[in-house]
Amino acid sequence: MSAQHLKTASGASRSLARSRPRYGEVLVKAVLMLAALVSVATTVGIVFALLEPTIEFFGEVSLGEFFGSTTWGPLFNPPAFGVWPIIVATLEITLIAIVVAVPLGLAAAIYLSEYATPRVRKIFKPVLEVLAGVPTVVFGFFALTFVTPLLRDVFPFLELEAKNGLGAGLLVGVMIIPIVASLSEDSMAAVPNGLREGSYALGASKMLTSVRVVVPAAFSGIVAAIILAISRAAGETMIVAIAGGFKSVFTLYPGDEMSTMAAFIAQAGSGDASVGSIAYKTIFAVGSLLFIMTFAMNYVSARMVQKYREVYD
Amino acid sequence: MAVLSTPKSAVQLASKGRPLKEHLFRIALLASLAIALVFLAMLIVYVVQEGWPRLDATLWENQPSIRRPETAGIQSGIFGTLWIIGLTALMALPTGILAAIYLEEYADKSKWYNRLIELNISNLAAVPSIVYGILGLGIIARWMQFGFTIMTGAITVSLLVLPIVIISAREAIRAVPPSIREGSLALGATQWQTIYRQVLPASVPGIATGSILALSRAIGEAAPFLMLGAATLVRFNPEGVWSSFSVLPIQIYSFITRPQAEFSVLAAAAIVILLAILLLMNSVAIWLRNRYQKRW
Repeated sequence: MSAQHLKTASGASRSLARSRPRYGEVLVKAVLMLAALVSVATTVGIVFALLEPTIEFFGEVSLGEFFGSTTWGPLFNPPAFGVWPIIVATLEITLIAIVVAVPLGLAAAIYLSEYATPRVRKIFKPVLEVLAGVPTVVFGFFALTFVTPLLRDVFPFLELEAKNGLGAGLLVGVMIIPIVASLSEDSMAAVPNGLREGSYALGASKMLTSVRVVVPAAFSGIVAAIILAISRAAGETMIVAIAGGFKSVFTLYPGDEMSTMAAFIAQAGSGDASVGSIAYKTIFAVGSLLFIMTFAMNYVSARMVQKYREVYD
Repeated sequence: MAVLSTPKSAVQLASKGRPLKEHLFRIALLASLAIALVFLAMLIVYVVQEGWPRLDATLWENQPSIRRPETAGIQSGIFGTLWIIGLTALMALPTGILAAIYLEEYADKSKWYNRLIELNISNLAAVPSIVYGILGLGIIARWMQFGFTIMTGAITVSLLVLPIVIISAREAIRAVPPSIREGSLALGATQWQTIYRQVLPASVPGIATGSILALSRAIGEAAPFLMLGAATLVRFNPEGVWSSFSVLPIQIYSFITRPQAEFSVLAAAAIVILLAILLLMNSVAIWLRNRYQKRW
């Protein structure tokens, strides 16, 4: 039967390639590609939205003043444009968040990937997903009205202000736990069982296998997850705007009220800075800085996954 | 005797030497997960408890008011959120799914522009939402002159959730085994026929799950709307896409920032409504995934 088919196919002296272009198929492909290009247009749009006002901003405020002084108050009169207070606040809150999220997230990932039975996974995975889906205003409210008062009662010697970096940072940390956990778990799940079995065969315990074999094998994925979490924490707005406050005085003490870069953008953007004013342009200058910082981290994270991923077959 | 006992696994044999440390490690891991669970439970109990006095019909029947916090409601916020989500679903889901089909089924990975699109999407997924607010403010509201309207808000949030839709739809499409495609092509179907009649139907549950999660992200988002003039207390429901608006998370934010204690209660009550909507959507997504996910 197949021989007959072959014969008719060759006998018909037509090539198997399509005889005429299928315009419908070409059109479909073009439409699909257009949809994919929307994402590129988004990036271009962001860059354009940021670029012009940022250039105008630096026409009025020198780079030296922006990066060289430590007084920040673009909305005050007279305005001051030393950006360090909000950069330092952003770094502090990000650091607190990472200190919370990395151990908890990583431990959760190891448990889910190495220890949990399918039934336990079925319970805990949705919990992490729900946690990831809690809106950040909710975390902000919780930080301001529950966590901070609790901290003030339990640790009065910390002299926390009503709005402070610590309460905000802790909640930003909780917010990024699911990111660390789920991405790390994905990369641990990708470690082939042969490595684990080899480790057991050499006499290693489950703990040793997890810590010394699985975690190192999944290391690039874990680092990528952490970098992504850092970038999320640095750009988080609502929690810090609600629980961290808007006071931008240069401070290293997390118990003080502090404004991060994102919180400043939210504060200035929700106010009524008139278009073209220096306060309006400052939003975009700080936005550019935040965008560059997070974009660089995301890029490094994506490259880490691509470049250092161990390929097992 | 020895024959009857269950055979010990390598794990059990190996952990014989130091059971205490092993146990402590295991408990520490479990405790980390439990902290997340306990935290979530505490948060939910707290907001329900705080918001309880205001959890009645006046909450969604009344409009927000600065002067009368004890009877102020959130109706304009609920309607604003519904408008935004409806439009976002109309814009972001088709675009995202089509883009995912392109990247999974058509894109030649050796071409630089396809790699650029991929890198770009993974980068966009992690751009802070406040930066999307700047995009909405600078390009859509001002440059395109859409103003502070529902349309501006919906476009901004659509662009924000687009990478999430694309990434989850790609995973769903990738999960359909190549043999399905090859079978269809071998029967003479064109590539688009194969995708439309075989690949898409098989990946619908996965795409739906991802889409619901992306939309629930859009519902909870507040930061971009702060930049788009939604921050004031709007006392009327939107009448169309060119109407000014407020959304639920923004109303919650503006309640939180007011000093009176009644507003704190109101904020908690509104949070309960918001969380209830999101939990419902999350459960539907998880149910869909568990119920319809095929193992090939």
